[in-house]
Amino acid sequence: MAFSEGNLADHLGGLSYSEEQIELMDVATSFCRDKSPIDKVRKLIADERGYDPAVWQEIVDLGWLGIAVPEAQGGVGLSMAEVAPIAEQMGRRLLATPFATCTIAAQALLAAGDEAQCGEWLPRIVAGEVATLALTEPHGDWNLDHVEATAKASGDGYVLSGTKQFVTYAKDAALVIASVTVEGAVRLVLIERSAIPDGALRREIIIDETKRSYELTLDGITVPASALLDAGRSGTALGQIELASALLQAAEMCGGTQSAIDYTIEYLKTRKQFGKLIGEYQALKHPITNAYVGYEKARSHMLSAAHNFGQQGVGEIAVRMAKASADKAYSFAADRAVQFHGGFGFTHDCDAGLYRRSAIWHASQYGDAAWHRAKLADLLF
Amino acid sequence: MASRPTAAELAEYEAQADAWFRENTPKDPGFMLPLTFMEVSTDQQFEFLCAWQRKVYEAGYLGASWPVEYGGGGLHPDFQRIATKVMKKYDGPIMLNAIGIGWAGPLIMDIGSEEEKKKYIKGMLNAEDIWCQGFSEPENGSDLGNAQLKAVRDGDEYVLNGSKIWTSLGDRAKYMILLARTSNDGPNKYAGLSFFLSPMHAPGIETRRIKKLTGEYGFVQCFFTDARISAECLMGNEGDGWQIAMKTLEYERGAKVNLAGGYFLKELDAMGVVELARQSQRGGKPLLDDPVMKDRMVDFMMDIQALNLNNQRRRMGPLVQDRPMGLALMNKLARTEMIRELTEFSIGFQGTRGGYYVDDPCAVDNGYWHRSYLNSFSATIGGGTSEIQRNIIAEHVLGLPKGR
Ligand SMILES: Cc1cc2nc3c(=O)[nH]c(=O)nc-3n(C[C@H](O)[C@H](O)[C@H](O)COP(=O)(O)OP(=O)(O)OC[C@H]3O[C@@H](n4cnc5c(N)ncnc54)[C@H](O)[C@@H]3O)c2cc1C
Ligand SMILES: Cc1cc2nc3c(=O)[nH]c(=O)nc-3n(C[C@H](O)[C@H](O)[C@H](O)COP(=O)(O)OP(=O)(O)OC[C@H]3O[C@@H](n4cnc5c(N)ncnc54)[C@H](O)[C@@H]3O)c2cc1C
Repeated sequence: MAFSEGNLADHLGGLSYSEEQIELMDVATSFCRDKSPIDKVRKLIADERGYDPAVWQEIVDLGWLGIAVPEAQGGVGLSMAEVAPIAEQMGRRLLATPFATCTIAAQALLAAGDEAQCGEWLPRIVAGEVATLALTEPHGDWNLDHVEATAKASGDGYVLSGTKQFVTYAKDAALVIASVTVEGAVRLVLIERSAIPDGALRREIIIDETKRSYELTLDGITVPASALLDAGRSGTALGQIELASALLQAAEMCGGTQSAIDYTIEYLKTRKQFGKLIGEYQALKHPITNAYVGYEKARSHMLSAAHNFGQQGVGEIAVRMAKASADKAYSFAADRAVQFHGGFGFTHDCDAGLYRRSAIWHASQYGDAAWHRAKLADLLF
Repeated sequence: MASRPTAAELAEYEAQADAWFRENTPKDPGFMLPLTFMEVSTDQQFEFLCAWQRKVYEAGYLGASWPVEYGGGGLHPDFQRIATKVMKKYDGPIMLNAIGIGWAGPLIMDIGSEEEKKKYIKGMLNAEDIWCQGFSEPENGSDLGNAQLKAVRDGDEYVLNGSKIWTSLGDRAKYMILLARTSNDGPNKYAGLSFFLSPMHAPGIETRRIKKLTGEYGFVQCFFTDARISAECLMGNEGDGWQIAMKTLEYERGAKVNLAGGYFLKELDAMGVVELARQSQRGGKPLLDDPVMKDRMVDFMMDIQALNLNNQRRRMGPLVQDRPMGLALMNKLARTEMIRELTEFSIGFQGTRGGYYVDDPCAVDNGYWHRSYLNSFSATIGGGTSEIQRNIIAEHVLGLPKGR
């Protein structure tokens, strides 16, 4: 690839937006602000389910689960580009729901499901039944094709074994899409909730207390042969899942970064020490400005990733740049947010901690900045 | 303004411009050309760049959208944008008269009188009248509002006393945009400032060249000793100086679009850095095989791309709703700091050869990277330092309190 500073954008994809994207952005901005004030976020931390079913129903009624699902399957027929601004506002207000995981599960079905599988599940997901993904394992590898769980033929179906971690919202899920190997090849398999015994799910204690995640023991679970997704397309589906997840995470992280900065600025404008507002001290003023510059760069990358999503080559570069820069921006902004709140920053009551934990969570799932940069190095040089 | 052109008209114009720049963009003249308007050191460089700007202007590709009666081309701004794009494509030399066409010109077009437009615009465009900027003083740099050069009204004239420093092109210029103090009585330091379009060739105005970090020349110190200039040089009214100076800084810092066209700084050849890293060796292996080097390089590519995207996004209203001025005001800071870091990084690739400098026969790319790094400070300091840029963003975009 040959590019210079000026034409880098031509090679790496530029920026544009759709009317629908802006409309959704506007609706999501007020919706998430109204439905997820910070005291509600904190109340839900103590709640077992972790989200408000009434708000979830409103999200379903708004049609947001079907944005990137074709009309034929009950969706709206737009694309991931239009989902991103919603995720951004959810991240901004720390509005935790199964929205992202349901959206990604639908993309997985579209990538590797057959007509019957898509026909059954996509309309149900659009209608608000929770679907989630079981991809990662105790080895902790971000490479999604590193799969040790297995499915072995047995009678008419398959018997599964292995352990899956970070299966978000599994407890509420009607459908879990898991990665397993069948005779050495990675496959995706649909597991209905009814097939999962009660003891197979363990609620994990995760760094981001606003979210819910479970470990899933597959041992002994059986599925019919019709539950396996297409063998030929499972590999590409994993790639799609990774990129779609990274895009939505980048969007959520941009929203979170914005809030971490806004929250800190408020403090810097009101807290006084040595007779001055602490926002006058450049030791705070300049780093928070750097955080803001980092945020705007990350947001440009994210919007470009949304716009170019699905474009051969360019799309993957844009998404990885988006996730890598969102991680860098969010981590820095949230880290400084804690520090600049002084003793209060060290308390559980300070929202800076919510953002710091959220950033760590996002970095831990589907690759952190360094991992995506390593992937980018292979794509760029 | 001229009416909006059709796509066909633009395409035809682009084809013409393309043919012209392909034919006329100068090849390597055999001596080092300045990368920015702040680096014009020798007469040879100066004459070459004047001739190039004049040629571009005469072909109609500079000032294309300024009114015909002042020397412009009278076309819609879209045409000039295309001409500048094509100029970039053929990687032609910079437009020398940056302070003229880049900041003084737009200012005069914006708030200048009819006489000022008639008198100054054409000479800027054809590079006959070079302009410089007299803002900074030895004792007052970042604190521009405290400028002390005195301008005292005496009949039809002002009498100037004091000194300006770091004046780029000051030894070549015919005119200066000058910020001077006409009063100390105002409610604050800003109120006593006035703005002049001052001649440089007048008794009592002297310049002394200053050698730069790079070893070249490019800026001067100006001494004003009872220098008399016509009272007509005053722009606006006495006391308007600060407001007008801030307007010019918006052009200078790229917060506003460059309307006259052309470019005053060569873009850094970012891919050249990648090439350099590819050619460089460590332990007998290409440097880019080293994961640490590769990682940093990716980080730079991401940064460059982010700034490109920022520049597209800042014109897209719905994508900058929350802080509409943010992207425009951070542009200078983010770009100049990135270039400083990237060029510094590039020197490290060169191993022992990082010890050479410009003009040594063994210097990598004739010292281009060293020169670019040392010159990068011109942009992190000039036009308002990075620290001042951070203050501006913090106060004007984020709403943080001003330091006392
Ligand atoms: C774990 C922990 C244990 C503690 N234990 C004790 C204890 O046992 N006894 C006790 O008395 N205290 C204790 N403290 C309090 C601690 O000493 C204070 O939190 C600390 O001095 C900061 O004061 P503050 O929290 O009021 O923050 P602030 O002073 O309000 O500071 C807020 C932010 O502004 C910055 N800031 C403030 N002034 C300036 C300035 N002039 N220039 C630049 N930046 C500035 C700070 O660095 C910080 O980032 C403890 C704190 C913690 C976190
Ligand atoms: C290559 C080049 C070309 C130039 N061309 C021109 C020209 O054509 N015309 C012209 O008028 N000027 C020109 N300048 C001058 C330039 O605008 C000044 O150098 C700049 O504004 C800084 O002023 P100073 O040099 O007096 O530094 P100072 O203001 O003394 O700054 C010294 C250091 O202190 C920091 N500092 C100062 N105030 C603050 C603050 N409030 N908060 C935090 N940090 C602060 C600065 O960031 C800097 O790091 C040029 C400069 C360069 C390098």
